[in-house]
Formats: sequence, structure tokens, C-alpha cells
Amino acid sequence: MVEKKGISYWLTHAGLTSGVLILFFPLWLAFVASTVTNEEVIHPPMPLWPGDKLVENYSRALIKGDSGQTSASVARMLLNTSIVAIGIAVGKIAISFTSAFAIVFFRFPAKNIFFWLIFLTLMLPVEVRILPTYEVVASFGLLNTYSGLIFPLIASATATFLFRQFFMTVPDEIIEAARIDGAKPMRFFIDILIPISRTNIAALFIIMFIYGWNQFLWPLLMTTDTSMNTVIMGVEQMIGGQDDVTPWPVVMAASIMAMLPPIIVVVSMQKLFIRGLTDSEK
Amino acid sequence: MEKRVHFKGWFLPVLLIAPQLFITAVFFFYPAGTAIWWSLFNPDPFGLNTKFVGLANFEFLFSDPYYKESFYTTAIFSVLVTFFSMGLALFLAVLADRLIKGAGIYKTLLIWPYAVAPAIAGILWMFLFDTRTGLISWYLGLMGYDWNHLLNHNEAMGLVVIVSTWSRVSYNFLFFLAGLQAIPKSIIEAAAIDGARFWRRFLTIVFPLLSPITFFLVVMNIVYAFFDTFGVIHTITKGGPGQSTTILVYKVYSDGFVGLDLGSSAAQSVILLVIVGILTILQFKFVEKRVHY
Amino acid sequence: MAGLIIKDIQKSFGKTKVLHGINMEISDGEFIVIVGPSGCGKSTLLRMIAGLENVTSGEILIDNLNVNNKEPMDRNIAMVFQNYALYPHMSVFKNMAYGLKIAGIPKLEISERVQEAAKMLELGELLERKPRELSGGQRQRVAMGRAIVRKPAVFLFDEPLSNLDAKLRIQMRLEIKSLQQRLGTTSLFVTHDQVEAMTLADRMVVMNEGVAEQIGSPLDVFQKPETIFSAQFIGSPAMNLIKGVTDGQSIKLENGVLLKCVTNFSGEVLAGLRPEDLLPDKKGEIIIQIDMAEPIGASTILHGTLKNSDIKIVSMVQGLVDQKDMQKEMSFSISPEVIHLFNRESGKRIN
Repeated sequence: MVEKKGISYWLTHAGLTSGVLILFFPLWLAFVASTVTNEEVIHPPMPLWPGDKLVENYSRALIKGDSGQTSASVARMLLNTSIVAIGIAVGKIAISFTSAFAIVFFRFPAKNIFFWLIFLTLMLPVEVRILPTYEVVASFGLLNTYSGLIFPLIASATATFLFRQFFMTVPDEIIEAARIDGAKPMRFFIDILIPISRTNIAALFIIMFIYGWNQFLWPLLMTTDTSMNTVIMGVEQMIGGQDDVTPWPVVMAASIMAMLPPIIVVVSMQKLFIRGLTDSEK
Repeated sequence: MEKRVHFKGWFLPVLLIAPQLFITAVFFFYPAGTAIWWSLFNPDPFGLNTKFVGLANFEFLFSDPYYKESFYTTAIFSVLVTFFSMGLALFLAVLADRLIKGAGIYKTLLIWPYAVAPAIAGILWMFLFDTRTGLISWYLGLMGYDWNHLLNHNEAMGLVVIVSTWSRVSYNFLFFLAGLQAIPKSIIEAAAIDGARFWRRFLTIVFPLLSPITFFLVVMNIVYAFFDTFGVIHTITKGGPGQSTTILVYKVYSDGFVGLDLGSSAAQSVILLVIVGILTILQFKFVEKRVHY
Repeated sequence: MAGLIIKDIQKSFGKTKVLHGINMEISDGEFIVIVGPSGCGKSTLLRMIAGLENVTSGEILIDNLNVNNKEPMDRNIAMVFQNYALYPHMSVFKNMAYGLKIAGIPKLEISERVQEAAKMLELGELLERKPRELSGGQRQRVAMGRAIVRKPAVFLFDEPLSNLDAKLRIQMRLEIKSLQQRLGTTSLFVTHDQVEAMTLADRMVVMNEGVAEQIGSPLDVFQKPETIFSAQFIGSPAMNLIKGVTDGQSIKLENGVLLKCVTNFSGEVLAGLRPEDLLPDKKGEIIIQIDMAEPIGASTILHGTLKNSDIKIVSMVQGLVDQKDMQKEMSFSISPEVIHLFNRESGKRIN
């Protein structure tokens, strides 16, 4: 690029570094708070360097949750969240992949109607129809169940749209070659379409996993039984009202554990994540 | 857009599309339809029966000062969040794009907040601004500023804007950086040869070329501010103090699940539905345009 | 092994008719090249034979069996695509074996057939590679290997060489030809490149706007083009066509020049003169004012105008003609047997 050394070079680094520091600032203090005693936290100013209570706080959160017994253990919540996040990601990918296959590779009556029915859902989040959805799930007896947590969040077309876009780029000749080789539709689907879509599936899995993991409002409404809490809402429930004393070190330990899995996924699979993000939103 | 080559048959494709159609019907169309239906009814005071009231719920909403205020709050909130998160992200993306080495490292260090749930982001910041024990509010107190977002409307709004911005910067940064890196270097170099200095190049060449992405991000950030920030607001302010941070989606929740006013909550859902519908159409128009671009 | 018969094949997409009744009989082992400009319907015809497009009307017989309603896999054909259409996630071996696997052929036999084809195509070393690790020429060979292992009655080639660079194209052309001769499999090859057509074909089909203008051996087509279109399409530089009037003994060109040319037709015609048939001759009747010379190595192409007219004409002379040795005017003669005469109305050949 043009202009690269000299003062502007260092200013560039300085600007980026301060951006990084601002983003890290609350994370660092949360980490510090998760390694000290509650006494140290509630008498400001709190320390800026980690203490020696890391193991104690994390294991307490993991095994017991908070002391007020308003929450399940973080271990339980992490398990619930993993099931829900993976369920959402797998479910969404499964139904989207097959329906996009039908839409792109077949011509059948009413296809366009089906297409538009599905694509109408493209941008309407669950928040908009939250109350009636709650009623539906309740009437199925799915409150406090994994199915109830998963299914309503699967009903969206983002993944279908992404797969459709990708399928459109598969050269017609590949399909023709498969036909000449004698591959019937399902054979083509399994032997060719799934393998060539692997990267897209993986990228989408990451996005959907994070989406599922970070759900808040829906589990908040759905799970009255604390043993079904997901970790995001569970941690929020650990915080007492204004007059209660919140066990901050434990809450912060729980928060860190709640955000670590998606952060690890994003950072370690950065390329796939970015690809999934840019593909699924465009 | 259609493919030239198709498989034959109708049974298999219908079978393949059925799961998604079923789930969409049960968990999307039925609830959305119910929301519209409910918005036309009001329950009697005992909650035993409902009475058809036509558009009365809507009429009531549009004359309700609280609802108007919520509209206003949402507008302010989404403008501020969109502006700050995009501005900061663009600044960082332009800097990262200038680097030949090290851009990848900064990228890693800047994208992780995307993975943090808004509700967790809310907890992290609320801890720092806690009126009794928070580190930042304590330092502000030392400097003679008495921070209390639980009482002061503007401080409450300011805090939820800060948190929502913090949790959205990564997303915008990634898209801006991708947009910047997609601009052919030769165009920038041609401008440099024409004698345009950095800021001039940015304003006259780079930013106009980024305008499709900018438009896309504006829409996406508004949608984000409308819905995804629920977790931030719920953890930090619960819509308060007063109604000062009750954005529309929070009002749907609090009227419906806390106030149990189903008719009004449903009518509010329908209004939100229309707003998102308009945004979706905008987005689609824009996608279409970009295809021809 | 089998022949291929095409009876009055027509094709319409909606209201647009793209093939107006093609008839062809191809005998066993023949190499047929279908040549024509883009959009002439040549690929559509090939794809109909493959079973990738429906037949609007007419009949396709492979080995005397009507295959109109058969699936591609049941037609006993194999196809090589322009962009190769290799399965990107499968190794070379699996790409070639896939069709056999679906057909339920025993593993051992699949392996034998693939090895045999790989040997023939010199792909032995590459069997475990993925398509993206191969060069263009190697991918082309894999695509052919995929066709060969099926041991089909008919090979169909859809412009298989047009994605290769010039040098590789010539090499692959020779390979395809020798392979076809060795295997003796009936082949249909579609191209827009007349050189490919001339060199590969036992017989070629010149197509234009959904009609087969001429079917014949390359030399036939070149020496006796049946229509104006095939006259102009085959041969480079293209044949000159000049308006004239014939009285049966000679022809008078538009600019008044009289050429000897015996025919049993009299009236208005188009006279076709191939550039290379115009021989420099100081006493020649055809006088050309030269505008530009293009030396192309072994010969030189001269662009000019017929004297006393504004009729453009191109000639080709052997050897290099230096720009500065160029005369403003050159005279040429042409022997009467190589003048092609066409009916101005129908475009059909007269002599």
C-alpha cells in the first residue's frame, strides 16, 4: 500500500492498540473479579490484578451456582446450552440443506409458493412473535424442554438462503455429469452435494452455534425450571435485585465460563467464522 | 434466478422441503398469525373472555404517550448505537487495512466480542458502572461526578448505548475491513499518483466505494438495535429508570409477560413486524442492486 | 459398438425454435464433428442425444434402438464437457469410477477398467490426486477417462478443448483423434473451431441457425461447399464472395472483370473465390489495389479492393511479402475449376 512507514505507521498501531484495549477492558476486570473475594470487589476500588481465589470461585460456580439457590450449577447450565446450541445448529442446517436442495435442483408444482413462504421468515426474529410462540410451545407441553428451546429458533430462512446461493453456483455440468453417471437425485445429494458443501456447512454451523448459544429472551421465558436454564440467562438470574448482595466473583466466574466456548470457536475457527458471517448476512 | 438443469419428479422435493415448511408453519406463521389475530381483541378484566375490538388496540397505542415515548427512545437508541458502532468500526478497519503485516493479529483481537452474548456484555459493563461498587462509577465519583444510571435517564441511555456499541463493533469491523480489502489497490494507487493524500483519498474514493457495505450495515445495525439489544437492556436497566430505556421490543415483553396485556402486546408485535418487513424489503432491493452492480 | 441415427430432430424452447429438423446417419466407429457459430444449436443437438434435453419431435436411435425417453445413463453414451465437470471432492480414480460404482460393477473390475484407461491416458501417477491439483490438460484427460471406462456405444464431446491454451489444444486434439482410432468408438464432437473440425472429423456437419447446412468429409466441405454459409465458415481467411452474372461460359464480376468458368446455369450468381486460390500473375485479370498486408509467417494475407470498384477482397500469397516491396496494385489469376458459384436467392451451390 501507499504510505507505510514513519509517524503515520506508528499512529496506526497506536489507534488499533487502543481499540483492542478498550474492547478488552471489561473482560479483564471481569476476569480479575472472578479471582478475588467478594470483599475485595464490593469495597471500591477493586483490584486491577488477579487474586488467588480463581479455583475456588470457578469451582463454586461450576458445581453449586450462586449461594441464593436461584440458579442451577453452571456445569448444568453449560450442558443445557451446549445441547440447545448444537441442536439449533444441526436442526437448522438439516432442514435448510434439504429444502434448499429441493428448491434449487427440482422443478415442481407450487415451488414458488413454498419458496416465498420460507423466505418471508428471513429477517423476522423470534422477539416479534414471542408471545404467541410461547403459547404454541406451551400448548405442545414443551415448556422446560430442549425441544421447546430449539424448535422455534430453527424456524428461519437464513440458512436456506445461504445454501440456495451456494447451490446456484454449482455448475450445471456437474449435475449433468452425475446424471450421465446414473446418479439419482438422492445419490447426487449424498455423494456430491454434501461433500462439496462441507465448508459452507461448517461455516454456517459456527454462526448458528453462536446464535443458539447466546439466546437470551426465549430461554428466559421458556425455562421456569432452573435445571433447564441456559447459561446466558442463568448467569443473569444470579444477579440479585438492587438490595441483594450479588456474589460478584462467582457471577463473573460464571460469565467468563458462559462466554468462553463461543469465543474459542470464533477465534480458533476464524476463517470459517468470517466466511459464515459474511455469507449468511449478505 | 433459475438453474438450467433440474431433476425430475415432485414427490421427493416436496418431501425434502416438508420439514422446513412444517416448522415454519407451526413456529412462525401460526404465531405471527395469532399475533395479528390477538391484536384485534381485548381480554375482559377477569381474563376469562376476549372481546373483538377491531383496530382499537392500535388506535390506543398511537394515542398512548408511553408508546410514543418508546418509539422515540427506540429511534434515539438505534441511531446512537448505529452511529457509534459503525464509526468506531470504520476507524479501526481503515487503520487495519493500512497495515501490511499484523492486520491478522488485530483482526483476531478485535472480533471476539461478537461471540459475547449481549446479556453477558450487559453484566460485564453493569459491574463496572454499579452505583455502589463499580470501578468506573467510583472513579467518576472521585472526580466529583455522581454516576447513577438507576436514577438518571440520560446516564441509563448512555450506558446501554456504550454496551450495545461495544458488543457490535466487531461485526461492523469485519464487514468494513472486508469491504476495504476488496477495493483494488490499483485504484488507491492511481489516486495517490493523482496527488490525493490519505484523507482526501478516503473521502473521495474509498468511502464512496464502501457505500454499498455502509448501507447494508446501517440496515443490519438498526435491526440489531431493535431486537438483539434486549439482553443488554434487560440486564442493565430493565427498561428504566421510568421508561427511559424501554425500546419497542422491551415494551412487547414487559406489557405481554409482565403486564399481561395480551391485546396491546400483540398489536405492538404487529407494528414491529411491519417495521422489520420494511427493513427487509429495503435490504432485498439493495441486494438486487448489488447483483447488477 | 453401434451406429447412431437421427431422424428429423426438432427442438423448441417455448416458442423459439432452435433446431429445424436434423437428419443424420452415423455408422459404427465414425468420428463426426458438428461445427458452427455459437447459438447455432449444435450443443443442444448433442445434449439431446445425451438425454440432457427433451426431444421436441423426431427420433434418436442408438444401435437401432429408440432412446428418446431413456435416462442418460441408460443410453450407453459418455460425455466430455467443456469445463470437464469433474467432481471436485473426488480423486481422479473416484471420478472415473463413480459411474461404474453406481452401475453396480464389481470393485475389482472397476479398478481394472480405471487402471486401463489411466494407462491409456498416462494418468497412472495421478489417480489419487484431486481435480484442483491437476493442470488443465490433465483434467481434460480425466474427463476423457471418465468417458472411456464406461465403454459406451457413443462418445459425446461438448467443445472439450476450448478451455485449453493454444498449444495444449493442438496436442489434445491429436490425442483425442488417436484415442478414438484405437478404441473405434462412434464419436460426436461439437466445436466452433473449424480447424478442430477439419482435423478431427471423418465427416463434419456444418450447422447454422438450427439447420444442418452441409454434411460431408472435411475435404468435400472445403472443396465443394454446398451453401454460402459453409463456404464462408470453413476456410481461413474466409472465402471472397463477389456478385456476378454468368452466361454458361464465363462470369462477369460486378466490376466488369470477365473470368472463364463453365457452368450450365446462366443469370445472377455469387462467385466464391478462396483467397489462396488467387495466384499472383502479371497477366491476371483480377487486379487488386492493396490496402494492407498481414505477414503470418509461411504466407501473407493481402487485404485490398478490386480495381474500379469498392468491393473488398482478400488474397493469400505464399511466403513473406515485405511491406516496402509491396506494390500498390497486384494482378491475380484463378483457375476456372476452383471458382464456386452460388445461387443468390437460395444460397445453394450451382456448379
